[in-house]
Amino acid sequence: MIKKLTLSAVAALAIGTSGALASGGGEQHIEDVSFSFELPFGAYDQAQLQRGLQIYTEICSGCHGLQYVPLRTLGDEGGPGLSAEQVRAYAEQNFEIWDPELEDGEGDFRPAKPTDNFPANTGVGAPDLSMMAKARAGFHGPYGTGISQFFNGMGGAEYIASIQTGYTGEEKEEADTVLYENTAFPGGWISMAPPLYGDDVEYADGHSTDLHHEAEDVAAFLMWAAEPKMMARKQTGFVGVLLLTLLTVLLYMTNKQLWAPVKKRAKGKSAE
Amino acid sequence: MSGIPHDHYEPKSGIEKWLHKRLNVVGLIYDTLMIPTPKNLNWWWIWGIVLAFCLALQIVTGIVLAMHYTPHVDMAFASIEHIMRDVRGGHMLRYLHMNGGSLFFFAVYIHIFRGLYYGSYKEPREITWIVGMLIYVLMMATAFMGYVLPWGQMSFWGATVITGLFGAIPLVGEPTQTWLLGGPAVDNATLNRFFSLHYLLPFVIAALVIVHIWAFHTTGNNNPAGVEVRRGSKAEAEKDTLPFWPYFVIKDLFALALILVVFFAITGFMPNYLGHPDNYIEANPLVTPEHIVPEWYFLPFYAILRAFTADVWVVMLASWVTGGIVTAKLFGVLAMFGSIIVMVLVPWFDTSAVRSGKYRPMFKGWFWVLAIDFVVLMWLGALAPDALGDPRTSIATVQNIALLGCGYWFAYFLIILPLLGVMERPTATPETIEDDFKAQVAKSDTAPAE
Repeated sequence: MIKKLTLSAVAALAIGTSGALASGGGEQHIEDVSFSFELPFGAYDQAQLQRGLQIYTEICSGCHGLQYVPLRTLGDEGGPGLSAEQVRAYAEQNFEIWDPELEDGEGDFRPAKPTDNFPANTGVGAPDLSMMAKARAGFHGPYGTGISQFFNGMGGAEYIASIQTGYTGEEKEEADTVLYENTAFPGGWISMAPPLYGDDVEYADGHSTDLHHEAEDVAAFLMWAAEPKMMARKQTGFVGVLLLTLLTVLLYMTNKQLWAPVKKRAKGKSAE
Repeated sequence: MSGIPHDHYEPKSGIEKWLHKRLNVVGLIYDTLMIPTPKNLNWWWIWGIVLAFCLALQIVTGIVLAMHYTPHVDMAFASIEHIMRDVRGGHMLRYLHMNGGSLFFFAVYIHIFRGLYYGSYKEPREITWIVGMLIYVLMMATAFMGYVLPWGQMSFWGATVITGLFGAIPLVGEPTQTWLLGGPAVDNATLNRFFSLHYLLPFVIAALVIVHIWAFHTTGNNNPAGVEVRRGSKAEAEKDTLPFWPYFVIKDLFALALILVVFFAITGFMPNYLGHPDNYIEANPLVTPEHIVPEWYFLPFYAILRAFTADVWVVMLASWVTGGIVTAKLFGVLAMFGSIIVMVLVPWFDTSAVRSGKYRPMFKGWFWVLAIDFVVLMWLGALAPDALGDPRTSIATVQNIALLGCGYWFAYFLIILPLLGVMERPTATPETIEDDFKAQVAKSDTAPAE
């Protein structure tokens, strides 16, 4: 409750000040979610990735593709971690792939295999979501300095979550397109109808399906889709930092010892 | 090689003598590594080795990346994702290469400003300075073309904006632009030639690095005191210097290791911090990004470029004088390139007889204003039109600060440096490097080692 109050106070303040500063257009409001994968030691929450995958499959994939993500990576360590069997079943049951070699080169659709990528989906012109969590920045500034991103991260996942929860319910029609007011979208009006309302899916693990939880789950899944090697990368980074720190200490001591006689001589002479 | 007297390589064993008679390669390595180096070099002198490391890192990671990359407009973006997802260790290679570019420029800016403060560009080191500036310009060209290769939105539109600058040149501008792009717009031909040149230029840089080192090994290193090594005899020279190996190699490696700790932390924990999210969207010639910005290391020059609009009085004056040939765009381009050219020519603008800024009380202040000016311009270059609130006033504020910053940049080189040499009364410089080193050591008894 207090969190909500603070948030609305911050939002009111943001809208208030932006109203004073900007002449038009709503101020972007991105909620800072603390995801499990943040900070140098943060890791993906496997259960959350699986829930996010479910939301993507049942809802988002209707309009959005994920064309750069290989289906087999759903079984990778550090990802949703499906078993080989589950990956095969998932691919087969959910996606059809156009295979130009079938029907004697005529081409035909066949069920997807783990070696395929998620299909692209350009049907209604919705953007591909493969790198969405890296292609958006949730945090900016202050005053173009990037300090906020240094402490909060780039905020791509937060941006995605905030889009899901940012609908105000207002609609308007412009050039035969219905636009929906959204506090997270730059400019304030988005052409995507609200995709999630809460209780849109049923989680096998019994996790809450209120709008905020669903939004966070799908955002976490899309962060994994965009950066599947995050865990391996952080580990490499950590080992690198550790070994280089050790090397630095050793070189510091070597250097100190190497220069000690030189400095001693210089001191002796200057004392004469 | 060096004018400083020192021991040269003497082959001892039979095989060494055999080789020495035929190819003096060991002697070359020996003389390079054992070069007498001023004892009093401080920590600002470690960035050379960081730069050498960066060049090696970029070449090694780059060559492996090129094995997996496809320079075609339909496949480039996907091939980067292939590297990020399918190639073993590919994500790390790519992030090291991306952030390696940033470390490279961070190091080169400190290295350049070190040279500006300690007067490393002054007689007799003008060639070292100019070759260094050539390397810097080639680095910018290489980095710019490398940024185009992932074929993201910022790649495409950055390339469009920057190559569009050539179009501002009267008469030959547009043909030049078409020639550079290989067509009327940024397309497959552009991507292919940028890939080819992005692979070639680092080796040109490597060759120039050898010339750069050769040049300052001929003159001897500059040093914080700015006085020359005594060359009367070997004994005299040895009072001022120590051999590069092991004294400075170990010192530099220690500094390099420390810097790499930070570099690995950034690459491992926040590899996209210095990049732009728009470059994770595939290039689309039909959709212009809301806010096109270059990488951070180009921002000061970008701020200068866009500060000159048609309503600035110098632009109006230039346009009137030249009968409309100099447009606002051309003026911005000239100012941008001019800001680098004045830096290249600094050896002839600085009239002071004293080399090191340490002994120039007035110079110091102006120098630090220049350093701050550079950072402010960098900040301005990144700002979106509405970054400071209402776009109408924000744009004007940003432009005014940028014009001021740009004005100071030129004034520093063209007016302040020539005048300071005449007006300033420098403080006493140390007689010898030995004296300076002794003073340094005495001071470091109380403070950490310099």
